[in-house]
Amino acid sequence: MCREKPFHLPFFAPSSQILRLPSSSMAAAARRLSAASLPLRHHHLLLRPFASSASGQPPIAVETSVPFTGHKIEPPSRLVDTTPSELLSFFRDMTLMRRMEIAADSLYKSKLIRGFCHLYDGQEAVAIGLEAAITKKDAIITAYRDHCIFLARGGSLVESYAELMGRRSGCSKGKGGSMHFYKKDSGFFGGHGIVGAQVPLGCGLAFAQKYTKEGTVSFALYGDGAANQGQLFEALNISALWDLPVILVCENNHYGMGTAEWRAAKSPAYYKRGDYVPGLKVDGMDVLAVKQACKFAKEYALQNGPIILEMDTYRYHGHSMSDPGSTYRTRDEITGVRQERDPIERIRKLILSNEVATASELKDIEKEVRKEVDDAIAQAKEIPMPDPSELFTNVYVKGFGAEVFGADRKEVKAVLP
Amino acid sequence: MATTMALRSFGRRTSIAARGFSSSCETEKAAKDGKPINLFSAINQALHIALDTDPRAYVFGEDVRFGGVFRCTTGLADRFGRSRVFNTPLCEQGIVGFAIGLAAMGNRAIAEIQFADYIYPAFDQIVNEAAKFRYRSGNEFNCGGLTIRTPYGAVGHGGHYHSQSPESFFCHVPGLKVVIPRSPQQAKGLLLSCIRDPNPSIFFEPKWLYRLAVEEVPEHDYMLPLSEAEVIRQGSDITLVGWGAQLSVLEQACVEAAKEGISCELIDLRTLIPWDKETVEASVRKTGKLLISHEAPVTGGFGAEISASIAESCFLRLEAPVARICGLDTPFPLVYEQFYMPTKNKILDAIKATVNY
Repeated sequence: MCREKPFHLPFFAPSSQILRLPSSSMAAAARRLSAASLPLRHHHLLLRPFASSASGQPPIAVETSVPFTGHKIEPPSRLVDTTPSELLSFFRDMTLMRRMEIAADSLYKSKLIRGFCHLYDGQEAVAIGLEAAITKKDAIITAYRDHCIFLARGGSLVESYAELMGRRSGCSKGKGGSMHFYKKDSGFFGGHGIVGAQVPLGCGLAFAQKYTKEGTVSFALYGDGAANQGQLFEALNISALWDLPVILVCENNHYGMGTAEWRAAKSPAYYKRGDYVPGLKVDGMDVLAVKQACKFAKEYALQNGPIILEMDTYRYHGHSMSDPGSTYRTRDEITGVRQERDPIERIRKLILSNEVATASELKDIEKEVRKEVDDAIAQAKEIPMPDPSELFTNVYVKGFGAEVFGADRKEVKAVLP
Repeated sequence: MATTMALRSFGRRTSIAARGFSSSCETEKAAKDGKPINLFSAINQALHIALDTDPRAYVFGEDVRFGGVFRCTTGLADRFGRSRVFNTPLCEQGIVGFAIGLAAMGNRAIAEIQFADYIYPAFDQIVNEAAKFRYRSGNEFNCGGLTIRTPYGAVGHGGHYHSQSPESFFCHVPGLKVVIPRSPQQAKGLLLSCIRDPNPSIFFEPKWLYRLAVEEVPEHDYMLPLSEAEVIRQGSDITLVGWGAQLSVLEQACVEAAKEGISCELIDLRTLIPWDKETVEASVRKTGKLLISHEAPVTGGFGAEISASIAESCFLRLEAPVARICGLDTPFPLVYEQFYMPTKNKILDAIKATVNY
């Protein structure tokens, strides 16, 4: 497949500049936080980063890979505060997500997962950075590439794999599948198959949040393909008109299925497309940049109304498991991004250069994560499929009593449960 | 010489033996010299011919240039150039609206909606703009050159948003034509008819059959008539009506029923609106019983319209209530697709119940 325009790799300087604090305190911090002693909490998968120095950890200030670019707004500083344990938790969580998606790939190829499966590996920094900046009372809504956002919101591996394999203990009782993960108690509104449809929904969530006056916001995630949907602009107009606390996050991985962004959009500067709505362009492969931008955006949205964040990110897999991902982009491009901009590698370098942990401790974390994922898969495989009666439940509210006709014989009628 | 259509086995579906079509005039004429090809190749051939014969024909949609997600548009861009075969951004409402405008200027706009499940953003454009253009302008304008092609139907693992059959929504709109082919040879002729028909049409392609259905399809330019149903199997005990991929399921049920001595007449409706009432009525007057089967949910599906219409016109001839074997009244399920689908056994059950009423 030929392209007329040569595609240039997203042009960010690969290495971040790190400010170092005196190494003795670093080493001490590292000893206290050696990877093996980090508690494994099964209930909430992700380790919450420590609040700054209350627990005696010296904060680390890190510069993001590139400065933020603003549209009709003064961008935040590129200096981000973090702590050693936050860095380690980022590393662990992103490794977990990466491992989860790769394992889902193998499960799909062995036909345990069927239907559609859209993998998120490469984009982990967006999910993790976003989560680090907000609370569980803020709402997130996204499209179908939702496995990792579900994990970030506190979902468990077992629930995820069970849902992927269509088992009854899946997060949507096996009725949703890969594209429809939800988690009500932590404000994760899913999981949507129709492109772009989730954005007006997200603005509606923000509308409700404005009424509750709890200082919460909604993040509506969408991709570069969805950015050309008309409903997005309708939602933007309404949000801006009514000052809704909604943040529209364009996860720009540069390809809408197989179509490169410059082929689909007259203006691929998605952060500018809000026109009267300000926007920020963020390096979506730098988790600290994402965290900074989301924090900034939340504060902005609570005061002023909608803002657009464009996350410059990349997916290693194809659009879905039926797409090899190599017919519309070169393997060189993919390996190039992997080598220069991989989010996990960036954190690894930060951790090592700040002596937060040693390379072998990080390897241990990776091994642990691998085992966790394997255990979860083994557990999920044992879970049975949903009961056939579940085919009819939840069409309407329970007990509504709507009558339906069975397909066997005309005389057979059923009442929906 | 009857044409044959072979269905290969695929995943959980079982294979069925090659079967012969009952010969009808047009099928024989059309099946002079054919090469066995599958559905997407037949559609591809039709598109090549359409673009070749009309310099003002255009094919566009999401990802069509490289050949499309189902390979239906392979080779078109190379042969006819980027100005006539082009990709659109991801915006169904925009695609159809744009197509209507193009058609209103006298062109043949062949728009593709990647999956019928995604047609709803374009619903307003289709219903309010396309269908009513000629009517509201007093025939001053029209968008007859509009053809929307879209894959529909279950595919075994499609789930909620890659398996829907939304044809009945559009059957409710006067001004549109809705056409559904059952096989490669039919698809090529019917698609060319839709493209050349001076009314806006929606052509639903059964995605399950894209690779599975292989048939001998003549290479020349031919058209099959719209609004004419085809009796593809003669019988005397009961009339079965269906369209698209469901016909092969109905066919299997006919074969099974024949073993029990029930002779079924099978009709392919082909065009859903305006539908061929005469053929169905003639058949029901012969058999006295009717069964309709489609994948879409039973309530409000197009089977309801056929049933009501036949009940009106053949009331005294009917010997049993009209049976509808259709999808269940639930969203298209993920894991329990085989429970939802109107399968051969459900149809067989209903045939027996109706015949023994």
